[in-house]
Amino acid sequence: MLYSIAVFAPLLGSAIAGLFGRAIGDRAAQAVTIFCMILASVCGVASFVSLAYGGGHAGSVHIATWIDSGDFHVAWALRYDTLSAVMVAMVTCVATLIHIYSVGYMSHDNSIARFFSYLSLFSFAMLMLVTADNLLQLFFGWEGVGLASYLLIGFWYHKPSACAAAIKAFLVNRVGDLGFALGIALVFVTFGSIEFSTIFASVAKHQADTYVLFGKWPAFEVIGILLFIGAMGKSAQLGLHVWLPDAMEGPTPVSALIHAATMVTAGVFLVARFSPVLEFAPGALGFITFMGASTALFAATVGCVQNDIKRIIAYSTCSQLGYMFVAAGVGAYQASVFHLLTHAFFKALLFLSAGSVIHAMSDEQDIRKMGGLARKIPLTAAVMWIGSLALAGVPPFAGFYSKDAILEVAYAAHSAVGTYGFWCCLIAAFLTAFYSWRLLIMTFHGKPADQHAYDHAHESPAVMTVPLILLAVGAVLTGWAFHEQLLGEHWQHFWGASIFNGPANHVLHAMHEVPRWVGLAPTVAGIAGIAVAYALYLGMPDVPALLARRFRPIYLFLLNKWYFDELYDAVIVRPMIALSRGLWQVGDATIIDGIPNGLASLTTGGSVRASRLQTGSIAVYAFTMLIGLVVLVSVFLLFR
Amino acid sequence: MNAAGFPILSLVTWLPIAGVLFLMSVRGDEETVASNARWGALWTSLVVFALSLVLWVKFNQADGGFQFVENAAWLPQWGISYKLGVDGISVLFVLLSTALTPICILASWDAIQTRVREYMIAFLILETMMVGMFAALDAIVFYMFFEGVLIPMYLIIGVWGGPRRVYAAIKFFLYTLAGSVLMLLALLAIWYQAGTTDIVTLLHTNIPVTMQSWLFIAFFASFAVKVPMWPVHTWLPDAHVEAPTAGSVILAGVLLKMGAYGFLRFSVPMLPVATANFAPFIYTLSIVAVIYTSLVAFAQTDMKKLIAYSSVAHMGVVTIGIFTVNAQGIAGALFQMLSHGVVSAALFLCVGVVYDRIHSREIARYGGLASRMPKYAFAFMLFSMASCGLPGTAGFVGEFLVLVGAFKVNFWLAALGSLGMILGAAYMLYLYRRVIFGVITRDDLKTILDLSPREVMVFAPLVILTLWMGVYPSSFTGFFDAAVNAMVDHHHAALATTSKLAGVFAR
Repeated sequence: MLYSIAVFAPLLGSAIAGLFGRAIGDRAAQAVTIFCMILASVCGVASFVSLAYGGGHAGSVHIATWIDSGDFHVAWALRYDTLSAVMVAMVTCVATLIHIYSVGYMSHDNSIARFFSYLSLFSFAMLMLVTADNLLQLFFGWEGVGLASYLLIGFWYHKPSACAAAIKAFLVNRVGDLGFALGIALVFVTFGSIEFSTIFASVAKHQADTYVLFGKWPAFEVIGILLFIGAMGKSAQLGLHVWLPDAMEGPTPVSALIHAATMVTAGVFLVARFSPVLEFAPGALGFITFMGASTALFAATVGCVQNDIKRIIAYSTCSQLGYMFVAAGVGAYQASVFHLLTHAFFKALLFLSAGSVIHAMSDEQDIRKMGGLARKIPLTAAVMWIGSLALAGVPPFAGFYSKDAILEVAYAAHSAVGTYGFWCCLIAAFLTAFYSWRLLIMTFHGKPADQHAYDHAHESPAVMTVPLILLAVGAVLTGWAFHEQLLGEHWQHFWGASIFNGPANHVLHAMHEVPRWVGLAPTVAGIAGIAVAYALYLGMPDVPALLARRFRPIYLFLLNKWYFDELYDAVIVRPMIALSRGLWQVGDATIIDGIPNGLASLTTGGSVRASRLQTGSIAVYAFTMLIGLVVLVSVFLLFR
Repeated sequence: MNAAGFPILSLVTWLPIAGVLFLMSVRGDEETVASNARWGALWTSLVVFALSLVLWVKFNQADGGFQFVENAAWLPQWGISYKLGVDGISVLFVLLSTALTPICILASWDAIQTRVREYMIAFLILETMMVGMFAALDAIVFYMFFEGVLIPMYLIIGVWGGPRRVYAAIKFFLYTLAGSVLMLLALLAIWYQAGTTDIVTLLHTNIPVTMQSWLFIAFFASFAVKVPMWPVHTWLPDAHVEAPTAGSVILAGVLLKMGAYGFLRFSVPMLPVATANFAPFIYTLSIVAVIYTSLVAFAQTDMKKLIAYSSVAHMGVVTIGIFTVNAQGIAGALFQMLSHGVVSAALFLCVGVVYDRIHSREIARYGGLASRMPKYAFAFMLFSMASCGLPGTAGFVGEFLVLVGAFKVNFWLAALGSLGMILGAAYMLYLYRRVIFGVITRDDLKTILDLSPREVMVFAPLVILTLWMGVYPSSFTGFFDAAVNAMVDHHHAALATTSKLAGVFAR
């Protein structure tokens, strides 16, 4: 019951604010949505605590049938196990804080009710996603968060760039979703059901199933790859990542909630949720690690040269999601979910403090025009420092525990992709620390670049800073508080049956037996990255520009994000537009319509001649029948 | 005699004609006649809709056969009778027709100012023809209604249409008639073979395998044009563009379903071997339709044309589903037909709203409507999302079931057939962005008004239906589940017998 309230309260809030926002006014709309979110987070945390510590039993809450067709049955039902409950608790808490923060951040906007309605709608869809009892309901939440993301990226719909970014986000996600939908269909064909409990119970029976697609493959491998294509879209992995940086066109609270803390981690959640099947798909898991590792490194390199404060953090998100997939791919789903949780706190914190900076600088986002702000907005600077320390993996902040664990499991996997993952993540750890401190130094330290803006900078109101402080507490404590329960020897106490490790999977044990240097490496890399950033941006501020000039091709390559957008534009977008014009003008208007129009004039011409013998209308009739007969005979002969 | 206790189908079919007689009897000046015609037509269609709800309530969902059957001898010496009845496949289309007609009349309230009485009469006759077509259980009666639909539609486009209405009307008429002639031949051949035109009997008549291909082609010629399938689809955009809003609504909402309904009523159950043989051919045409017309839709500059092309793409998904001949495929196709009937009808109404105000369908003419018309923007967003198949809306259920059904046949059929998921989102969002988002630049848009109460009345039922069908589709699939399963079983049994026979002959 509590659990259902946690899921559906945000929907209620969203509906009231959205449908009656104009009638009840902005204040009331804010109050209603925030009240519903607080209610949801109380219920969400309560159901998590009762399950994890109070001896509650996992199960599922049936609500109604959804689709019934032949042997295809799907129900609306909420799954209640540790993985879902912990996600519900995290999503409701972070979303509530961001709702509250938005009261301050959006105070000058003129469609506040609409904004809060969208935010709550998003929270509802995300909760449906994480509590789904079957793949199709998960897909419902999956597309629902996609819709909310589209609406919120395009929230300022008068800006062409925001509209373009919104469409781009939706479409790129749809590409992944097609893979996801096909994966669901294959799950149904393989298992005869798409309900999680039924699927997981019959894994052993179908383990030897094969599916023919470019040769014969184990069905589990194909399922794994198809579902991961969906995850790649939503979690912005290499190739389908192009929407995430553009998504920063949305208001900053949106970036924090959707494009950092919750929605983009849906792919990681999906992989963890599907662990009972993926454990028997080693090929798919290897692919997941490989893509995750490549993304982690790729995004970190790009993050080093960006100048927009939000885009830097966006690439950092992309990179951290890669870390999570590396862990999941080597079988340590617990570590990936752990990083997901800590990341939710420190990344939301980073985005919201970036929002506070932007607020202070009157909507300026270019870090080259900032500097020295620590003196004017000390609280924001302090919490952003905390967030960055957590991100860089400096002990004892949250990121240290989870990132360390990921590097250890990647090393302990002792496989080729595991080792690739380890080194990619290690280099990325160095780069992460580097760009984080580049951002901190250029924003908060040194001399102000724009004296006028600096003079007007002001600290944000309490409604914004209180959520920041609470998130900062989370960014400090979550790692230390949870790492033993989630990853220790007794992880099964905590996770129960919600995450499955195959009989041959000992990675969680092996991670405690890696050489000492492996455990120290990420911290050392992080501190080295911080040191380099200090040296370059505070010690020798001329050097970065010099380096950019000296290595101009590399610099441009990174600045233009490896030219992914240009590539897609040239290979997909422009040919598609040209093709669609061509099909319309040539295919439809000239060829297909040419035949009947030509026929018509032929008929008229013919009937003028024929009318000497007969009336025109009969000729038309006969001609039509004749053509029909000819087509009929020829088709019949062809298909005999 | 039937579950309703009175000849309900005849009543629903012919009651609009009674309304026509009333409208024709009205005398007075032009204003009185027009006003009476509007109210008379609205009340008639509302009564018909209320009456048809009896079908919804009394229909026995567990029964896969025909219900509410009425039978009267008509030409007994030739085995032709006036026979009506509905099964799970047709009953919801009867309801769709009776539900959309009052909406159409309400939508034409202010838009039609000339020859109002004749317009309303045409719509009521159209309703009779549509309901009769879906309820007919005799092939000849079916054919008469099937062709009869053309006449009022032809007039609606040709008289109350846009500037190129005569070209569009004639194109519409000739295209659909050309195919129908072949269908008539096929029906005559079946009649000759079976000695009856009773559809219920024909469903269980074994037609010789050699004849099946011929008949299939003949039916195909007619139904493919009606669906419309690529490459005989070009009449549709022209007809839509020139038709008045309500004409487009009925055209997209009901008339496009006639072809697919014909496939389900005749081709698939009566010609199982030909269906299996021709399935790859249909798949090919359907996949081409999905990809080709989605791309063409993307390039359109006219709102109505864009939605018309999107209809062709959505109907491509329907034909894929029908010819997979498995439970999910056919159920998905039926659901997609119903949801398309609601959603595309609503999208045409959305175009109508701004057309009534600005008198242009040019996409570039608009932009920034969201700030002046929030209710309209909400409705348009909901229907756009339903059109691109967002889960929780009507559009998703059918599309996904067809995907599952197609996946059982072939991976690539499912993958290519579902490309509409991406392409559909592309053209709909691009349209939405250009019309609703952005900044208002033109003066006449700065004073544009949001939905009037009458328009809210028009959209409200469609909004509710779209969400209801998406969240709780079982209340609709329940109607046709039994019939679809029976059809699938029948198909596979028929194929099994044929291959057994072939085996005997081969030996």
